[in-house]
Amino acid sequence: MRIDRSVTIDAPRSRVWDYVTDPENYTEFMEGLTRWDVEGKPARGLGARYRVLIRVGSADVGGLIEVVEWSPEGDMAWSSVTGVDQRGRWRLREDSQGYTRVSFRFAYGVAGGGITGLLAERLASIPLGRRFMRSLENVKAALEEPGS
Amino acid sequence: MEATGSTPSLIRRAARPLADALRGRLTADLDDRDPDYIRENLPFAWLLSTLWFRGEVRDMDRIPEGGPVLLVGNHSGGNLTPDTTVFTLAFYTFFGVERRFHQLAHNLVLTSPIGPLLRRYGTVAASHDNARKALEAGAAVLVYPGGDWEVHRPSWKSGTVDFAGRKGFVRLAVEAGVPIVPVVSIGGQETALFLSHGQRLARALRLDRMFRLKVLPISLSLPWVVNVGDFMGHVPLPAKITIQVLDPIDLRDRYGKDPDPDEVYDDLTTSMQATLDELAAERRLPVIG
Repeated sequence: MRIDRSVTIDAPRSRVWDYVTDPENYTEFMEGLTRWDVEGKPARGLGARYRVLIRVGSADVGGLIEVVEWSPEGDMAWSSVTGVDQRGRWRLREDSQGYTRVSFRFAYGVAGGGITGLLAERLASIPLGRRFMRSLENVKAALEEPGS
Repeated sequence: MEATGSTPSLIRRAARPLADALRGRLTADLDDRDPDYIRENLPFAWLLSTLWFRGEVRDMDRIPEGGPVLLVGNHSGGNLTPDTTVFTLAFYTFFGVERRFHQLAHNLVLTSPIGPLLRRYGTVAASHDNARKALEAGAAVLVYPGGDWEVHRPSWKSGTVDFAGRKGFVRLAVEAGVPIVPVVSIGGQETALFLSHGQRLARALRLDRMFRLKVLPISLSLPWVVNVGDFMGHVPLPAKITIQVLDPIDLRDRYGKDPDPDEVYDDLTTSMQATLDELAAERRLPVIG
């Protein structure tokens, strides 16, 4: 299952990049997130690892993730090491008016889960999609706030 | 000399394969736990827990991040306890299927048709030896001291922690040198109308000697209407299950080098009862929660 949400932010790409790659900010802007803990070093960049949990239905779901792609002010992507299979990506692009187009992509699944796996993925995508959209709006609000 | 071909001998011979199969199902093989199987079946558990039981597990982060730990819970809901389904899902999604986790279950549950599936989830027969082996292997172990007595208590006693005076878990934690984490749940006893433990019936049928069964519970449940024994399980009503994890207790830190099981038991059941009372006060209607 893949969820893709985007928002345009009136802020330079470098500021947006700094904000969304700082692990300290995740529990503030990411809705439903119960944990985004740094595991070891580095805390940011390629190879950084985080223990991530997000409330989905009756459970906190997640696991250990590792940053596998790091293109400053462009793309940060991660993949799961343990826990639920997942991949995520921040994709930042500048539009013609100088705004920053921010995309958040999240893919997850349970290999071998059969019908119940497909059903669970579909059902979970409804609250997750809403939360990711609200999370992007939170990022936008934090960066466009006067004096921020 | 034994009379070959006599009736008792024939019965023994005929029953041997069944007895061997039952013994096999009760042998503790911790390696039966299959993380891939668990991972593949988490979606089903998630659907059941989320849609049917509206499960809510609070403060999972009170469970130590690693190492052996004895999770001591109250439980409800007959032989197929929804508390276990909801908590096991929460444990595996929170810590990952990679963390070794075993649940102790009554012999009857493991010899039931779903027994082989539960073993792959990490369930082993409830015994001191099995629990000790699991803790020595570094596992988190979930034990329900109240066993068959507590799980079949009448529905109007759902707000009571009832371990029936069983204190073996204290000795187990002390011997293994592991912390106890109390786990309090509510809602399971609303999945059917439990009427009686059926103690007298169990004694009259000698079930205690044959199957370690002290009760032969009687309930009103689906699809049987009148359900005696709950041997085939039942379709649970969609009662909301709420589970609260309490702070870990290091027995030697709190009670000294040689903790008194009576004191530990009294303190633990008192604090669990207080938590259960709080959870009960939150509920407005049976089943609805």
